[in-house]
Amino acid sequence: MNMLSIRAQRFRKNPAHKAEFLGLLARPIPLPLINYVLDRTIVKITKKYPTLFNRLSGHHHKTFLIEITNLSFDLILCPNPASPHLLAIRKKTGFHADATISGSFLALIGMVDGRLDGDALFFTRDLQISGDTEAIVCLRNALDDVEGSVASEAASYFGPIGMLFLTILIKMANEHQYST
Amino acid sequence: MNINTQHKPELVCPAGTPASLRTAVDSGADTVYCGFQNATNARNFPGLNFTPAELEESIAYAHAHKAQVLVALNTFPPAGQFPLWANAVDLAYNLGADAIIVADIGVALYAKNKHSDLRLHLSVQAGAPSIEAIKFYCEEFDVKRVVLPRILTITEIKSLKQEIPCEIECFIFGNHGLMAEGRCSLTNYATGLSTNMDGICSPANFVSYQVDANRNLRTELNRFTIDSFSCSQNPGYPTICKGRYTVAHRDDPYYAFEEPLSLNLASLLPELIAAGVDAFKIEGRQRSKAYIQSVVSSWRKAIDSVLEGGSVNMDHLLSLTEGHKQTLGAYETKRWR
Repeated sequence: MNMLSIRAQRFRKNPAHKAEFLGLLARPIPLPLINYVLDRTIVKITKKYPTLFNRLSGHHHKTFLIEITNLSFDLILCPNPASPHLLAIRKKTGFHADATISGSFLALIGMVDGRLDGDALFFTRDLQISGDTEAIVCLRNALDDVEGSVASEAASYFGPIGMLFLTILIKMANEHQYST
Repeated sequence: MNINTQHKPELVCPAGTPASLRTAVDSGADTVYCGFQNATNARNFPGLNFTPAELEESIAYAHAHKAQVLVALNTFPPAGQFPLWANAVDLAYNLGADAIIVADIGVALYAKNKHSDLRLHLSVQAGAPSIEAIKFYCEEFDVKRVVLPRILTITEIKSLKQEIPCEIECFIFGNHGLMAEGRCSLTNYATGLSTNMDGICSPANFVSYQVDANRNLRTELNRFTIDSFSCSQNPGYPTICKGRYTVAHRDDPYYAFEEPLSLNLASLLPELIAAGVDAFKIEGRQRSKAYIQSVVSSWRKAIDSVLEGGSVNMDHLLSLTEGHKQTLGAYETKRWR
């Protein structure tokens, strides 16, 4: 039995292993493909929510490193309304960001989508932050004021398969909330 | 216990953004409280609160759903800066707020004189726990409701209710940072900014988190260490009143003021209703709409259940509490620590 099959079995038996399994699936995806999707997504989202970054006030030019602890890559967000960027980078590239937010994929996506409370995630150590705290607070408040699902916007690029994948992730995120 | 089912207490819920306000209304809030994006309110946090246009839209949404909106103007204007507060009173009135929540006597007097039909609530920041103090605000400024400081037992609240000429609002869930409310100067000492005049406790630009290789966490406010947590400990907010300190008479660092925990009065809800509390307040304008949805809908069900003779179970809210710990605070006993 190969490693993927073993992880798949654990996936079925224990919700806690689902994120790990999905992380494994995401591992072979080439960064340029991920970045193509992320780039289109951030442009689409900022067009749909033109006031999204208003709450960032003086922090539009800051860079945010989003460390996804159970995936093989991290994200960099530059929330400049004139030229927003969301990029995936390999871990440990030595990138210096103004602020760093670190958590599992499910914790992060749950917070971005307004289903999980960032403070509660912080209280349980499921979310860690460092660097410019004020910029992070502003970003959190900006994202929390979005109506609808940012994750759905991203998933919609993949059609029905993307939405199915997201449904699974949301179910896992809910399980994650009550297991902590 | 004698519960008057004709007396339905109001559920007063927080909102830091328009999305949170709509979530609170949709989750069963009778009333939502919020503030402007400046020092006129005690949650003047970065990226939080409402522009006048957002407040106007939000009030329309709330009223369309039969909910009310209170505007918190509960800080104290420093000398020479009163116009900011006066303008905020005028704005709240003109935008159709159902009441404003004030702490400063100058702001209260301005509102009473300028807008005699604007309902005034006395903020917890006014720190008015006695019959005499509350009567003063009622007689001088026509205050209609007092938000009680979190230092009274239910017995004291019940007796107070019989002696004062206004409604009573009590906190039931959320932050439990007591101190002497409206008079805390700890943030001012550490950062130069005032919770009571600038509207911000532990300003985020002074907060830093240091995590070492073993996931031990140290929280600092302007280089003052607030607390240190091992990888297995649950941290709280980086506020000085929730910090752990080394003091002469103890061997280990300890929580000198208050522990990182949250107020949760679920088990006392029937007694509070029987005591005649008019409104129950949930703290947390700085929290997310996920918190608002979960907490507000839970308390909505709880209040309705008690009024119908049912029971209350809110154990699930522990996951949203600070440090994953909760307390009944002074409502049960003055010796809660």
